[in-house]
Amino acid sequence: MTTTADTLRTHLHSVLDDPARAWLDRALTGAATPPADPAAAPAGSGPPAPRKPMPAWELRFAEAGRRCGPTHADDARVLLLLTARPDADTLRPLYDRGTAAERRAVLRALHELVPGTEAVPLVEDALRTNDTSLVAAALGPYAAEHLDAHTWRHAVLKCLFTGVPVDSVAGLGRRAAGDRELARMLHDYASERTAAGRTVPDDLHRVLDLTAPPAERGHLPAAAGGASSKES
Amino acid sequence: MRIFDPHIHMTSRTTDDYRAMHAAGVRAVVEPSFWLGQPRTSPASFYDYFDSLLGWEPFRASQYGIAHHCTLALNPKEANDPRCTPVLDELPRYLVKDNVVAVGEIGYDSMTPAEDTALATQLELAAEHELPAMVHTPHRDKLAGLRRTLDVVRESPLAIDRVLVDHLNETTVQEAKNSGCWLGFSVYPDTKMDEDRMVAVLERYGPEKVLVNSAADWGKSDPLKTRKVGDAMLKAGFAEDDVDRVLWRNPVAFYGLSGRLALDLEEPAATHEGNSILRGGE
Repeated sequence: MTTTADTLRTHLHSVLDDPARAWLDRALTGAATPPADPAAAPAGSGPPAPRKPMPAWELRFAEAGRRCGPTHADDARVLLLLTARPDADTLRPLYDRGTAAERRAVLRALHELVPGTEAVPLVEDALRTNDTSLVAAALGPYAAEHLDAHTWRHAVLKCLFTGVPVDSVAGLGRRAAGDRELARMLHDYASERTAAGRTVPDDLHRVLDLTAPPAERGHLPAAAGGASSKES
Repeated sequence: MRIFDPHIHMTSRTTDDYRAMHAAGVRAVVEPSFWLGQPRTSPASFYDYFDSLLGWEPFRASQYGIAHHCTLALNPKEANDPRCTPVLDELPRYLVKDNVVAVGEIGYDSMTPAEDTALATQLELAAEHELPAMVHTPHRDKLAGLRRTLDVVRESPLAIDRVLVDHLNETTVQEAKNSGCWLGFSVYPDTKMDEDRMVAVLERYGPEKVLVNSAADWGKSDPLKTRKVGDAMLKAGFAEDDVDRVLWRNPVAFYGLSGRLALDLEEPAATHEGNSILRGGE
């Protein structure tokens, strides 16, 4: 089990009530146990196999909200994922047929479960939604590691558009540093807001500051902060 | 006045409706899956619709301080199209979801053998998943439809007191009440019930197990009909406690049978200039 999983388990144990904690422990035990091999019957013999049942841990994953309460369900689901350790092929249908809460958990667990770029389409899907909780969950360490520059820049801009705090964006400082194209997009967006008589979000200035090469941080030319004169 | 609309198709409504509903006192809704104006032709269309009822629509509702749950099913009209019936095989995967508080809308449209099968199958699914069922009664041949519906429920593993029979009116309420099911009434601008008839039904049959809904959808309908019924009840001399029972406690009790109703709604998430339903460029 990873450090993240240990931290989550300790946290959940401290905040869940007794029935929820007992449910979680049983669910984690089930998730840690590989399912029995269903391929015991020889292929091609007898009647068609019945529909493959959903693995027990996936049922626990679905019902985590009503067992642990909405406040702790996301953490419980992430912990279940880190315990069952599904691969990208299993995560895809879990995401595709998941509720918004289940999708958030898949997105949050990606960096621990998928070493390569196979799960980038899930992040891109979440970034196409207008559910701000999904947009925020999509921009974790996995996105910081694997999103291409164009998609990542638009994701940052979308945060500013939809009010997702840029604190949700993992690796923001590292990826923004020296990104002149992101700086241009932010300037243009600030100009557009100013032209419309609207305020420029504070987060825009924060990100803009981060786009300066490290040596120039905090010494932006006046033009960069010009839009802030319209803030109220 | 706190209001729970136990049957409303928010997918077909605008954000202005959410705003007006909240202002009128609506704090919780249940959106049953149903047919759209345009018939579907494949199971995949249902899955996207179910995903929306489990994802986008609750998010949209939360922006206006309204808790959103749903009921899922293959509806009776599309149960007649063999291109759609494979939905029944995938339903179990959805019925385990947290926000699903009943199987529904199921029931009859034209009372065909295919509808018999879909109704019986989905009542069994409800029992298996420990969910109540929300049953639509047909608009045509309603009394015969009600009787056939109750017969199928009695033959099913689902107890009648875990069934809400909806779209009742003066001609069907007595038999439905005698059966022991929950009693749903849809209040519409022109068809179904209206506020004054609803008050008369409540005066005659009492508020026990009665749920009132707007069933607002893509047709001529009004998402504020629940509030209008509450006002009409008060005007007719009902106590505020009676109104609260019909418009809040009864729907909470019925959908609470699922064990999945979560009404501790958090304050709307921080929004960007008061509106996070943004598409970009706003």
